[in-house]
Amino acid sequence: MSAKPRKHKYAPLLEVKNLETAFSIDGTYYNAVDNVSFRVNPRQIVGIVGESGCGKSVMSLSVMKLLPKGIGKIRSGEILFDGVHLENMTDSEINKIRGKDIAMIFQEPMTSLNPVFSIGFQLQEVLFNHMKISKKEARLKSIALLKSVGISRPEKIVDEYPHQLSGGMRQRVMIAIAIACQPKLLIADEPTTALDVTVQAQILELLKEIQEVNDMSVILITHDLGVVAEMCDEVIVMYAGKIAERTDVDSLFHNPKHPYTQLLMGAIPKMDEEVEKLSTIKGIVPSLKNMPKTGCKFAARCPKAMPECLTVTPQLAENENGHEVACLLYETSQPKQEVNA
Amino acid sequence: MSKEHNNTAVLKKDKSSNEVLLEVKNLKTYYPVKGGILRRTVAVVKAVDDITFEIKKGETLGLVGESGCGKSTAGRTILRLLEPTEGQIIFDGQDITNVRGTSLRKIRQDFQMVFQDPYASLNPTMMVGHLVSEPIRNYNSKSEKELKPEVMDLLAKVGLPEDAYYKYPHEFSGGQRQRIGIARALALRPKLIIADEPVSALDVSVQSQVLNLLKELQDEFDLTFLFIAHDLSVVKHMSDRIGVMYLGGLVEVAEKDSLYAEPLHPYTQALISAIPEPDPRKKKERIILEGDVPSPIDPPKGCTFHPRCAHAMPECQSVKPQLKEVKPGHRVACHLYK
Repeated sequence: MSAKPRKHKYAPLLEVKNLETAFSIDGTYYNAVDNVSFRVNPRQIVGIVGESGCGKSVMSLSVMKLLPKGIGKIRSGEILFDGVHLENMTDSEINKIRGKDIAMIFQEPMTSLNPVFSIGFQLQEVLFNHMKISKKEARLKSIALLKSVGISRPEKIVDEYPHQLSGGMRQRVMIAIAIACQPKLLIADEPTTALDVTVQAQILELLKEIQEVNDMSVILITHDLGVVAEMCDEVIVMYAGKIAERTDVDSLFHNPKHPYTQLLMGAIPKMDEEVEKLSTIKGIVPSLKNMPKTGCKFAARCPKAMPECLTVTPQLAENENGHEVACLLYETSQPKQEVNA
Repeated sequence: MSKEHNNTAVLKKDKSSNEVLLEVKNLKTYYPVKGGILRRTVAVVKAVDDITFEIKKGETLGLVGESGCGKSTAGRTILRLLEPTEGQIIFDGQDITNVRGTSLRKIRQDFQMVFQDPYASLNPTMMVGHLVSEPIRNYNSKSEKELKPEVMDLLAKVGLPEDAYYKYPHEFSGGQRQRIGIARALALRPKLIIADEPVSALDVSVQSQVLNLLKELQDEFDLTFLFIAHDLSVVKHMSDRIGVMYLGGLVEVAEKDSLYAEPLHPYTQALISAIPEPDPRKKKERIILEGDVPSPIDPPKGCTFHPRCAHAMPECQSVKPQLKEVKPGHRVACHLYK
């Protein structure tokens, strides 16, 4: 009954295999990302959803090799970008890729821009790092970039400073910086969480447009299922450092398989539905230190938990038609029989 | 007072006891902007600019709007945590706009607030039992020991374990801290609770726990809520009626179903259409607003929304629209509706 390996039409742009990223707490390392594998195809928008502490941001930081030095480290696994291994690259090697082929935008447009440099300076910094370009050209290019992210009067804004801009404008500037070198992959970590809904709608629209024009792949990290439904082709649901479910966006919303995903869907109030009570998930995400060592990490909070959930670790495996789930309710997730077992 | 409570409890199911608990009339709250070496007032921020609404007993009024629209300022002014610049606040039949000193302190027992940030709103050096009994001790001389059964009862009501009494805020997660904040707000058995973004700092699964709790408590204690939030789907879930704010003004007030089925104000329409739908099969027509919210220091003349409005007419630039009832129970401030 083992699932057939999925067929891939293209070589993936990014392939993460068995990634384990750990953080040191009082000298002991705890896995924040625990044996995670996924791939991102060219021109695909992959959403990663989960609650705070599920490891979604740590995963993106691992790919970008931006883990805090001395505290976080990649323990094992492979990160292949365009066929090149990233996991053992030195700083100077990764610097040639970071900002050029892989770019990132962060949640806080307030803190991710340097307040003492002008917008133009910060844009040109990226251009100078990765391209042979004259000062004049760089200035023209940065104005063009600002224009392409929908900033009116870019000739003025280019000489202004971050504090003179609103949150939405700053996020546009961040996007302009990120796409300056036409990256193949954009990692957007909660890009609209700090913004108001009407501004969020503008930014999401912009991201989609840029993705299409530039033929980029995007990893969109968010906790907002509405944003996922609107933007993504494929979705990865993470819980406690592991992938709980991975599938295309339509079947995730219409046929969620993992109990965690099902509960998550019921927990959001919907605009066109009237419910007296929202579904809740009892308890909270366990902290890194208190993570259950064996079995399914969601077992303690799961209404469908069975006795074996506490001892047997479910495997992420294809359940039907490219829909992967890691839950013992499904036969496909039972660990493969060891020869000597 | 308790008799009254029981009466409304019976009426509860249809939720519309017609008694008005809170009435806000033409409320304005301006913040001065100081400048120059003499710290003179050089400008005013019109944070809340002429809003009028009422809340009936047992009802939840939601107040939505984007950041900077004045919804929190409105909440705080009603509690008299901020001084109103103009207008009237009538609570339970009494004009409390200019009440001061001990009488204000007395009235404050009846309205409480639940804050947004459960990390910042609890004193980290106080035990939870102490935190929850503090409001009660403020108003009478009972000792903490005497109050312990009452506090335990409150903790149980908000779904915290018994041993929470002896713990400190840092030992709790965000959702649990918000429960402590709710227990504190309930301690004096208030009539009105103003909840200012009570769930925006929480994860979805915890958010739904807290929302359910607030609804349960409302039924149990006959509470009236002013529920302030930026998330429309949350506000819709919680409220009976909703007021939409933009740049200090109330642009639309209606029953929630009427507001969502047929939003009248162009801003409300844009706001509702901007919410990402958690269903990939539904593709909705999106109205994308241009630009950002203007500064409340120098709001646009006439209708404050006209620079971003797709339906703006010449008169919108000069005449400020008043909130008018255009359908039963549905009021809107827009020149499109005569």
